Amino acid sequence: MKFGLFGFLFVMWILILVGGGITVMILGPFSISGFGELDWFIGSVIKAIVAIILVVIWILILSKLKNLIFRKEIKS
Amino acid sequence: MIELILPAVASCIVAFFVVFLMTPPLIKFLEKRNLTVKDVNKKEDVMVARPGGLSIITGIIASEIVLYAFLQSNEILAIIITTSAAFVIGYVDDRKVMGGWFKPVALAIAATPIIALGAYNSDLAFPLFGTVQIPVLYIALIVFMIPITGNTINSIDVLNGVASGFMVIASFSLSICLFIVQNYEIAIASLPLVFVSLAFYKYHKIPSKIFPGDSGALTFGAMYGTIAIVGGVEILAAIALLPAVINSFLFLSSVKKITEHRQIKNPTLMTPELKLKSTDDVSAPITLVRLIVASKALSEKQVGFVIFKLAIFSGILAIITAFMMGVSL
Repeated sequence: MKFGLFGFLFVMWILILVGGGITVMILGPFSISGFGELDWFIGSVIKAIVAIILVVIWILILSKLKNLIFRKEIKS
Repeated sequence: MIELILPAVASCIVAFFVVFLMTPPLIKFLEKRNLTVKDVNKKEDVMVARPGGLSIITGIIASEIVLYAFLQSNEILAIIITTSAAFVIGYVDDRKVMGGWFKPVALAIAATPIIALGAYNSDLAFPLFGTVQIPVLYIALIVFMIPITGNTINSIDVLNGVASGFMVIASFSLSICLFIVQNYEIAIASLPLVFVSLAFYKYHKIPSKIFPGDSGALTFGAMYGTIAIVGGVEILAAIALLPAVINSFLFLSSVKKITEHRQIKNPTLMTPELKLKSTDDVSAPITLVRLIVASKALSEKQVGFVIFKLAIFSGILAIITAFMMGVSL
């Protein structure tokens, strides 16, 4: 059990590092043009949406991992 | 760097001794006024003084004012105002139980001084890959960060000494990370949190003489979150806080709604040998403590030490990550 929790922490850490890489590589260079002064705002909104999608994926992966690691212990 | 040693030492001494000396009279004052609650993890009817947030916030304000006298930075001002606002929100919740949405919404409002004072940098730094500019998204991050850190620390305040002990480890790890990334001013501004938590732990450790209450836990969490933002170490702070994040994550993924923790079923039971074991009630939420005692009943002290070991492990991961900040792929 205790190793399960340490493992879960480690996996969360790896997911943060990988998520950071994806964020920098996808969101960092992303820019939009053709909307004049709204370019900056629309670009930010799109970045926000992509970031939220990444967080949702992160939570879904953790939920699956939680069930995988703690299946025996969680009786619910 | 050398000129920062005096303010650092002075603020740490003030932080520690204000809490260390103020908490015993606060305990007497609360007991005299019958402001006590039952310690649910004890067999006998043990009543413990609550809330201890007043001594915590006094220590934080006094030490940060000392630092402000030396450094006069907006970042320290933002720490003082946002943390004080979080204390007031927690104190209101201590005196009158509010709905589940009260604290997140009120703490989001408490984050606005950080934005108003411009005490942030909208570049989000990631290890190995560099930074990403997210000006609009970063404002949303600030507004979300304070409620998350505040409620995360509040949700781990379930056993004697755990919230304050966990805060000592997490905030010390964060201070080391700030020194590693060479943000010395904020590193020094974060040290009072370590010493305030340490002084409070003396009275909060098992058997507790005082509980921090929502006012104390939200003060701890909000200050931690504010330091993460003004120090530009959001990712490192999140890593050092991972055990408490797991607790909130497990809780929310089993309850599936934002609710006041006093309104939910207890996920653990007490055995006749005074050990904690997981409840058989399938409708009770899954929490970090429930997972720790799922395979074997443990004493309150043993569970606390497992949580501290997890905090040390995540603190080490945060420090490794801080070193990785200087490396670029």
